[in-house]
Amino acid sequence: MNTASVWIGIVVFACGSYALRVSGVLLRARVKLSSFAEKTLDRAVVVLLLAVVATSTIFIGHDVAGPARMLGVVAGGICAWFKAPLVLVVIAAAGTTALLRLSGVS
Amino acid sequence: MSVLIWLSVAIVGVSYGVTAGSAGFSLWQLSALAVLVLGASSEFLFIGIIAAGGSATAAVVAGLLINSRNFAYGMSAGSFLGTGRYKDSGWRSMVGAHLVNDESVAVAMAQESVERKRAAFWFCGIGIAVSWPIGALLGGLLGSVVRDPGALGLDAAFPAVILALVLPALKEKVTLLAALIGAAVAVATSPFLPPGTAPLVALLSIAVTIPFREKVR
Repeated sequence: MNTASVWIGIVVFACGSYALRVSGVLLRARVKLSSFAEKTLDRAVVVLLLAVVATSTIFIGHDVAGPARMLGVVAGGICAWFKAPLVLVVIAAAGTTALLRLSGVS
Repeated sequence: MSVLIWLSVAIVGVSYGVTAGSAGFSLWQLSALAVLVLGASSEFLFIGIIAAGGSATAAVVAGLLINSRNFAYGMSAGSFLGTGRYKDSGWRSMVGAHLVNDESVAVAMAQESVERKRAAFWFCGIGIAVSWPIGALLGGLLGSVVRDPGALGLDAAFPAVILALVLPALKEKVTLLAALIGAAVAVATSPFLPPGTAPLVALLSIAVTIPFREKVR
């Protein structure tokens, strides 16, 4: 992987990623949003985050993840539902998945 | 609280480092990606495409597609980065922009006031900017010594934490409706899209909120 093209790719990738982030931040600082637009942006962030939760729970790339991860997320979600502190959410999720894997469930 | 997020990020970073290292990337390359791109899923995809023999161009395009959700997150972060006592529309928000990611924005969203949002964002974001590259470097150094980082189950912790952070926002019916439709769309389209890009398609579900326009405020 020591070819120049990989390094160029890394640099372009980094610049592009930063450009995406900073253009969002700067745009927001310059544009006055209506209250509906503001609300819509808040909702869009929630939509994105929940979609990330759903896809990263169910898939590894294009493959469906094993039940161990899904049940772990469900365990963490149940803790969150009952307003458990985030520490417990992490322990429940990771712990459930780790125990399932230890007992042979992938 | 954010400390736990840093820890999970570091451990996922280890598995990224191991993957990148065993795919033939040098320590410099995998660390440069970790520091400069600072976006877990996009980096996994980037190295995956190159390791599979794809071109650097294809890897960059796919990685940027994943990271384009950071544009929306950036707009959200702009609401607290550029306001208040510090009024940091200058270099501070330029630096802050690099820290925009799933976790830092979710942590900020869970706070009420602008001051607390900003504090939570910086605290979580800086920690991730440090723990992700450290994890990646460790993974690259240890290589195959770490046989299976998955045994710790932290791949389940990441979605669970984000879920816990968005849960309060889902109390609002319209948001819940849009988010559920979006998640369903993302899951249904995932098998047919480049890995990690399905959440962008989920954004279409925001259209269902338009009929509720009048009810705002």
